[in-house]
Amino acid sequence: MEQSIIIAILASAIVSGTPILFAALGEILTERAGVLNLGVEGMMLVGAVTGFMTTVATSNPWLGVGAAALSGGALALVHAFLSITLRANQVVSGLALTLFGTGFSGYIGKSLVGVPAPATFKPVIVPFLGNIPVLGEIFFRHDYLVYITYLLVPLLWVYLYKTRSGLNLRAIGENPAASDALGVNVFFLRYLYVIVGGMLAGLGGAYLSLAYAPTWLENMTAGRGWIAVALVIFASWDPAKALVGAYIFGGVDAMGYRLQAVGVSVSAFFLKMLPYILTIVVLIITTRQTMKKHVGAPGALGLAYDREER
Amino acid sequence: MSSIVPVKEQRNFSLSFEKRLQTPPLLGLIVPVVSVILALVFSGIFLSLTGHSPIEIYRVMLEGAFGSWYGLSETVVKAIPLILTSLGVAIAFKMLLWNIGAEGQLYMGAFAASWVALTFPNLPAYIMLPAMVIAGMLAGGLWGLLPAIPKAVWGVNEVITTLMLNYVAILWVDYLVYGPWKDPNGFNFPLTAPFVDAATLPSWGTTRVHFGLVFGLVAAAILYVVLQKTRWGYEIRVIGESTKVAKYAGMNIARNILLVMFLSGSLAGLAGMAETAGITHRLQHGFSSGYGYTAIIIAWLSRLNPLAVIVVSFLFGGLLVGGYTIQSSGLPAATVSMLQGAILFFVLGGEVLTRYKIKLGK
Repeated sequence: MEQSIIIAILASAIVSGTPILFAALGEILTERAGVLNLGVEGMMLVGAVTGFMTTVATSNPWLGVGAAALSGGALALVHAFLSITLRANQVVSGLALTLFGTGFSGYIGKSLVGVPAPATFKPVIVPFLGNIPVLGEIFFRHDYLVYITYLLVPLLWVYLYKTRSGLNLRAIGENPAASDALGVNVFFLRYLYVIVGGMLAGLGGAYLSLAYAPTWLENMTAGRGWIAVALVIFASWDPAKALVGAYIFGGVDAMGYRLQAVGVSVSAFFLKMLPYILTIVVLIITTRQTMKKHVGAPGALGLAYDREER
Repeated sequence: MSSIVPVKEQRNFSLSFEKRLQTPPLLGLIVPVVSVILALVFSGIFLSLTGHSPIEIYRVMLEGAFGSWYGLSETVVKAIPLILTSLGVAIAFKMLLWNIGAEGQLYMGAFAASWVALTFPNLPAYIMLPAMVIAGMLAGGLWGLLPAIPKAVWGVNEVITTLMLNYVAILWVDYLVYGPWKDPNGFNFPLTAPFVDAATLPSWGTTRVHFGLVFGLVAAAILYVVLQKTRWGYEIRVIGESTKVAKYAGMNIARNILLVMFLSGSLAGLAGMAETAGITHRLQHGFSSGYGYTAIIIAWLSRLNPLAVIVVSFLFGGLLVGGYTIQSSGLPAATVSMLQGAILFFVLGGEVLTRYKIKLGK
């Protein structure tokens, strides 16, 4: 293959990986706090539609991004209330969130189908860095939201592993009773991280409808929310590994389209299956590895915290 | 020892949860019903905020689904795949095995049944239909087994694998109906040639209610007996209650994961067979209106009881038919999915009342 094609694939891997990355980073925070939220797909869809809707109304994509984060956070709040306060089954509550989000986004988005976006996020070449051969072309000719993830990943990494609040976050997911005994407000922090996680999922959705494919289509996330959930396991709850994983998935996604363009004679339907099959394969491999290394999910993941039972 | 758990502490108000040892039977019935009503009220408020009259919408839906013999028969038609897929989901959930892949298993069942019908068009009906049932159940079951194996062996998260396989199955069927299986006389629509008469399930009178209803009712009865009266059903229930206890009692959890997922998938596969042989009489793009996802709600709302699944599926069939009726007045199809999601939210929230006594204290 020519170098320019490889560079193009790698550059588009980053773009296709970014919505998954946003959602996965959010889910990492949520799960680190001990809450499993399977509503990522629903929150992304609602983020995508509210982001698009707000941008259509205001012509300002930044307001769209804000609206997407707020709506993702609002949905996550419902999950937090059900799973933290009412101690509902977290798996079912997350599924409810996805089912509701899918229906809700379709309902409020019906009149937006086919409407052109008045403003979108366009690639911006970073001065100096963007002109580096190869690397610049791959990494520094994207839109602002991609650059935000470049900052977000190291920021979250440092927060998680090098700060006191990050330590508390990991502790409430690992052993909420011990954290509670030390005076950490487990309930409040779990609420906080579930909501922040939802906001990031909403952002991931907005990336799809405002940058990746600037339009609104029913179910336009096409399972990316679920891939993000799988990615969290692949990344063993580490933001830096999530970035690598997201770009791999993005690459497979992007390659499907490129291969068609190059004229590879595989049916488009099989190419579209690739990310889903890859998710399954990767999940099997990583689960086996984490079992060997004994680094698994946060200890209290998926369990409602009950003071009585500590 | 006090079992009072303060959740929200303020100076003059506190909410505490006390675990119930047993749910009063009446409460177990009232709470879901009230939850559904609250979900409809909440959605009604939302509908009116977006400029629709909820009372009018609900009236039209109710009338469309239950107000005429035609509507009722269509409601039963929709209930058939819902009963079968929900039974499959319910038995898996009983073991806390989160099979979210009923939709894909249904598609694979439809694919295999269609393969039989299209490949052996000369079979007589008494061989053709049983062969389609077996093929459909086998394909659905194997599609369920696919994620069950890594789950049983390595503990790979089945929520994600079953769900990913939905997309794969739907794309596979799309590949067939847009490609090699496409009906040359189909005016370029993504569907196969129609099945021969021997490959179609008989239906009652002029309605579309087909023999699949019998499949659903019989399957529900069998599952009920299996769960309540057999040793295997007992094992499933124990594993669902506590894996630790089950291991201690010497139960083979891995084997049960494989068996239950195969059974779960084969019920969804049967639903797919029944839809193609009973309704569409061919394989076509997007023939399921998300039955596999609705099944999750129905299974939970039925409290995983196979007999309750029949009743709840009938009501959700009505919701789907009502949904078609309101589409003619300009509301999107997604309205129904939104209602379904809201119902599941409220049912989940309401469950706290059946599991805990809630006390307001000062």
